[in-house]
Amino acid sequence: MPDAGSNAIYSLRQVTKAYNGRQVLQVDQLDIGRGEILALVGPSGAGKSTLLRLLNFLEPPTKGTIRFGDAIFDTQGDMPLAARRRVTTVFQRPVLLNRSVWANVTYGLALRGKRDDSEMAQQVLQNVGLAAQRGQRARTLSGGEAQRVALARAMVLRPAVLLLDEPTANLDPYNVGLIEENVVRMNRESGTTTVLVTHNVFQARRLADRVALLLEGRIVEIGDNESFFNTPRDPRTSAFVRGEMVY
Amino acid sequence: MDKIIQGIIQAVQLIVDADPVVTEIVVLSLLVSGTALLISTLVGIPLGALMGLSRFAGRRLVIALLYTGMGFPPVVVGLFVYLMLSRSGPLAGLNLPFVPALFTPGAMVIAQTIISFPLVAGFTMAAVMGVDPQLRLQIRSLGATPLQTTLAILSESRVGVIVSIIAGFGSIISEVGAVMLVGGNIEGRTRVLTTAIVLETRKGAFDVAIALGIILLAITFLTNLAVLRLQGRALEE
Ligand SMILES: Nc1ncnc2c1ncn2[C@@H]1O[C@H](COP(=O)(O)OP(=O)(O)O)[C@@H](O)[C@H]1O
Ligand SMILES: [Mg+2]
Repeated sequence: MPDAGSNAIYSLRQVTKAYNGRQVLQVDQLDIGRGEILALVGPSGAGKSTLLRLLNFLEPPTKGTIRFGDAIFDTQGDMPLAARRRVTTVFQRPVLLNRSVWANVTYGLALRGKRDDSEMAQQVLQNVGLAAQRGQRARTLSGGEAQRVALARAMVLRPAVLLLDEPTANLDPYNVGLIEENVVRMNRESGTTTVLVTHNVFQARRLADRVALLLEGRIVEIGDNESFFNTPRDPRTSAFVRGEMVY
Repeated sequence: MDKIIQGIIQAVQLIVDADPVVTEIVVLSLLVSGTALLISTLVGIPLGALMGLSRFAGRRLVIALLYTGMGFPPVVVGLFVYLMLSRSGPLAGLNLPFVPALFTPGAMVIAQTIISFPLVAGFTMAAVMGVDPQLRLQIRSLGATPLQTTLAILSESRVGVIVSIIAGFGSIISEVGAVMLVGGNIEGRTRVLTTAIVLETRKGAFDVAIALGIILLAITFLTNLAVLRLQGRALEE
């Protein structure tokens, strides 16, 4: 899927983001295909998290437009609630409510007035290996468990788009494996469009349909998994793929 | 010394017997301070949340006013309310609804509301500002409306919010200057615990004064105990 084309769920055009006059993101064109897993790689400070915040409609772009389905998100920053609720993010540092695991996992459902979807919540909790901890206070979980709760809380909403911001940074292989497994299953079974920000070139290689390299706020190269890793067009991509890029 | 011991014994008797005069004073105290606290809470918590969570022009000024209000001498608030409600005051001639006359429980409620509401709002603001900003982003990302986000943040800072309410209560239940000025300490109408203690002591009726003192102490002790327990729980979490 080298080009998302007309099947795009997102179309970004001439999008820039600046903080206090300093531009940190400039995406002239980016289409994200329905149902694909797109990995965003790049060094720290490249603007990956900023791009995810725009894709989640948490901040408006400074310039340009983001088309999402029928809705347009631009500098006005207005997005209908229904559209906003089709997208959610798992952040690098899991921030949980100071309540039980169960309350955290069902929180998004409660916001939507769907408290009764408890079968789904139980299933998702099972998938992330936390069924036994449903009554535990979220603050007492380990880092890996907390991140799995954060993932479960997102997955239970069955979002059209799942944004993942370095979800497995600082986690042990067991937790990384569980999280990757769930992300892939959700993508395969529900066709969830997934944008995965990762530092980890190997993770991008394992999971992504397409990969984009972001440097200093710009997309340097974007291509399908195979060509991005095997026949990169940009020398900076080669350097990044070989792990030579300093970050 | 004898007189004091005698007073304590009689005070205990008054409390045990639920003496009607004492009971009436206690009930009015709780009613006036409770009503003032209810209004302070209904206004102060939303205002504190707004101050803590949003940025708008004039926010700094409001915060400065709140902080000033938190340390304002209650007796000056009493003077202010007295002047506003007095016959020559600006509100008197207008015959507005909901504006009580001087020397009524309503006037006391107004004074105590003004005293306690900056405390409720100020402490709520501090509690809300202590919540991880990343959590707000996460809550919004999960699909919360602005109102739902605010409620979730208040719920996360619930210990601090409850402390703000109790601090507001503590500031008015034991306050004497303002209620004395605007209430007038009228027997059977505006006499509350603090003003009654002043009067009974002056009269030399130590038994009643001590009985009321014990009750006031018990009320403030219990509220402080509640604050400490909540703060302790906040520290543990
Ligand atoms: N809220 C903000 N205010 C000011 N600068 C910001 C803000 N968010 C991000 N930045 C800046 O934008 C740049 C990109 O940050 P970020 O998107 O977090 O990068 P990445 O996730 O790729 O590490 C950085 O230089 C960062 O300092
Ligand atoms: Mg980042």
